[in-house]
Amino acid sequence: MTESYFNLTWLIPLFPLAAFALIVLWTNRWRLVSTWVAWIGIGLSWILGWAVFIQTWGSTEELTAPGGGHPVPLFTIPTGSTQLHVGFHVDTLTGLMLFMVPFVCLMIFIYSKGYMNYGTEDVDPRYSRFFAYISLFACGMLGLVVSDNFLTLLVFWEIMGLCSYLLIGFWFDKSYADPKRITPKEAGLKAFLTTRLGDVLMLSGILLLYSQTGTLTFREIFTPETLEHLAHTNAWAGMPWATLIALLIFGGAVGKSSQFPLHVWLPDAMEGPTPVSALIHAATMVSAGVYLVARSFPLFVAVEGGIQLAVVAFIGSFTALFASTIAIAQNDIKRVLAYSTVSQLGYMIAALGLGAYVAAVFHLITHAFFKGLLFMASGSVIHGVEHGHHHTHHHAAGPEGHAHEEEFDANDMLNMGGLLRRMPATGWTFIIGALALTGIFPWAGFWSKDEILADAWNAFLHGGHFGVSSNWGLFVWILLTVAAMLTAFYTGRQIFMTFAGKPRTEAAAHAPESVPSMVWPLVILAGFATVLGLAGTPWANQFFELIGAEASILGEHLAHGEFNPLIAGISSGVALLGWLVAWLIYGRKPLTARVDPLERPLGPVYTVLKNKYYFDEFYQAVIVRPAIRLGQACYTFDNKLVIDPIVNTVGRFWAWFSDWLRRAIDNPIIDGAVNGVGRFTSWCGEFMRATQTGKIQNYLLVAAVTAFLLIGLYIVRSNWADWLKALGLT
Amino acid sequence: MDVPLSWYLVVAALLFCIGLYGALSRRNAIAILMGVELMLNSVNVNLLAFWRHVEVVQATLSGQAFAIIVITVAAAEAAVGLALAIAVFRNRHTVDVEEVDTMKL
Repeated sequence: MTESYFNLTWLIPLFPLAAFALIVLWTNRWRLVSTWVAWIGIGLSWILGWAVFIQTWGSTEELTAPGGGHPVPLFTIPTGSTQLHVGFHVDTLTGLMLFMVPFVCLMIFIYSKGYMNYGTEDVDPRYSRFFAYISLFACGMLGLVVSDNFLTLLVFWEIMGLCSYLLIGFWFDKSYADPKRITPKEAGLKAFLTTRLGDVLMLSGILLLYSQTGTLTFREIFTPETLEHLAHTNAWAGMPWATLIALLIFGGAVGKSSQFPLHVWLPDAMEGPTPVSALIHAATMVSAGVYLVARSFPLFVAVEGGIQLAVVAFIGSFTALFASTIAIAQNDIKRVLAYSTVSQLGYMIAALGLGAYVAAVFHLITHAFFKGLLFMASGSVIHGVEHGHHHTHHHAAGPEGHAHEEEFDANDMLNMGGLLRRMPATGWTFIIGALALTGIFPWAGFWSKDEILADAWNAFLHGGHFGVSSNWGLFVWILLTVAAMLTAFYTGRQIFMTFAGKPRTEAAAHAPESVPSMVWPLVILAGFATVLGLAGTPWANQFFELIGAEASILGEHLAHGEFNPLIAGISSGVALLGWLVAWLIYGRKPLTARVDPLERPLGPVYTVLKNKYYFDEFYQAVIVRPAIRLGQACYTFDNKLVIDPIVNTVGRFWAWFSDWLRRAIDNPIIDGAVNGVGRFTSWCGEFMRATQTGKIQNYLLVAAVTAFLLIGLYIVRSNWADWLKALGLT
Repeated sequence: MDVPLSWYLVVAALLFCIGLYGALSRRNAIAILMGVELMLNSVNVNLLAFWRHVEVVQATLSGQAFAIIVITVAAAEAAVGLALAIAVFRNRHTVDVEEVDTMKL
């Protein structure tokens, strides 16, 4: 019985895949059927996923033994001299992801029905397609976490990238009057191309890994012998293979998890529908990068004190601080959350960079819940404001309806205000999510964020795990603590701007609460956000039991982090400080005008933050435009200078040649022959015509002459010999 | 002295040629008929000459009989020819064969 659920793990990604196929092939027309197909698909994955997860509790030792995991190979791809084994792999990390992913997906799937306006006149025209896409995406994420080798991991990684592109650009026909605003179509392309950069690095890493080890299966790579080999043979410039490969694979994580410098796509990905933002860009896809690093962790720690962990730590903590500074100047409710996601992912990456494996994974799980919650709640807010806008517009414009609709941005927090009274369920769940995000005791974020900070501080004090230097610990701790304060600040700002005070626009004043199918997932996730932290408290850290043993594969026993009241106090303190400042500016006297009070005092700093440090413009000028121009130059060279002349010359030559053939052969010879025959016949006729005079005497003459000739011939023939004899000639 | 056979044949040949020439070159239809008569008569001369100079047929009258038949045929044929000439004349109002050339191409 213990074996059976693990053996069924391969079904988990297949249920949503089947749902995708069914919707695309058959049920596209029927919205309710498509909804249920998607729900059943993810629901089955959820049940099976939780079954597998619960089973991993009982078999922790078995799963985390060296060479560990419960591997079940499926099939083998014969590829020449080495073989690629494809199968799935369950260990505690997988089990944990299977706890989080299908459940959050299910919540979001349920939420999507209401969000896409099922059953109303505003129902999205491509409603079923949406469910098909998110089912495919769920297949991708679930397949990623159960993969046992880099090959299928890459396949599912790319499936998720595709779905991200399709879903961000779901409203591909939407365009804005302001040309500077990015459209969903462009945002989808931007996401795909930016993550593609990371994917190329990751693919290079995987290829190098394959070339060095001849296999892509985790179990076979993460054996001590292989890791030794990778750590001690050098690639180039004295850098061991393990370091190089780890850095390249980290490139993939930088792209997918939207870390600096490839962070530019995630905020613009908010152009997609909010369930997409919640699902892909908060809970699952972006955490795939963190998962990847966690899964490949043995590679990262193979070389003691190598630069790979330092790079990881630096990028993670830098991104965490960098993104949180941008978030404080954003007015779009979803963009604040997007930069918050980037920042929190930075936390996780930084934790991994310090070797705080358990803390990173813990934060990944809790973050998925509360960020998913926050995004869905913001979607509910946006929904409400949009409905309020339609309501007022319909009433105001009267019988003409939408006569003049200047662009009303339902996402803009400056257009909101006072929504707590109008949308209480959404409001309070949002607040719970915010409390979790900012790390207020006892919500989930407190425990996971505090664990990261505590680990950073410990690394500073006692030297980090796996040879990470203690300086990094301090660096990370400082950046993350400042980021924590900013997180609290911008989150508080967001709450006060959206929910406090009085509505600043007509739309906000008429915003209704969302339908129950949207509100219940919020409530459920809020519950998780509240209690989940208790699984990872320092005193009864179930999490550690689960994941920490995993680390023993890595050859080092992670010390059980002691509860450090000083650090916990500091982190709570900065969070509360952030909330306080936010309250002072935005909460005590809620905004009445649609202007951010921070804009004037901060002046040019505010402008720089609002424009995201002008990174998009920089990339556009330095990378995008030269690339486009290079493409155009190649096109010109190819088509106008090379291909066109060649084709035209060939064409002209053949035209000339045909003409020559016609002139030299066709006309004189063939036409000549045919015409000649005709002319000859006609000449013969003309010639013979002369004999037909109609005069009988001529005919008679001809007859007579012919007769004489024939008689003469006869006579001569008969007497030829005799005459010759008589003449004496024989 | 008998007249030699060849003299008769030469005369017949001459007559035939003159008749042929006349048939071929005279414009008047009646004159052509005269030429034809001449040719037929030359044949008669030939027949009789051979009859007289070949002993085997001396007992019969084959030469003479043949000649009389030829004369009869010539007479009938002349009658028909004249009837033709009259028919043509009634249509074309001419006896000049040069003018009756509507079968010309």
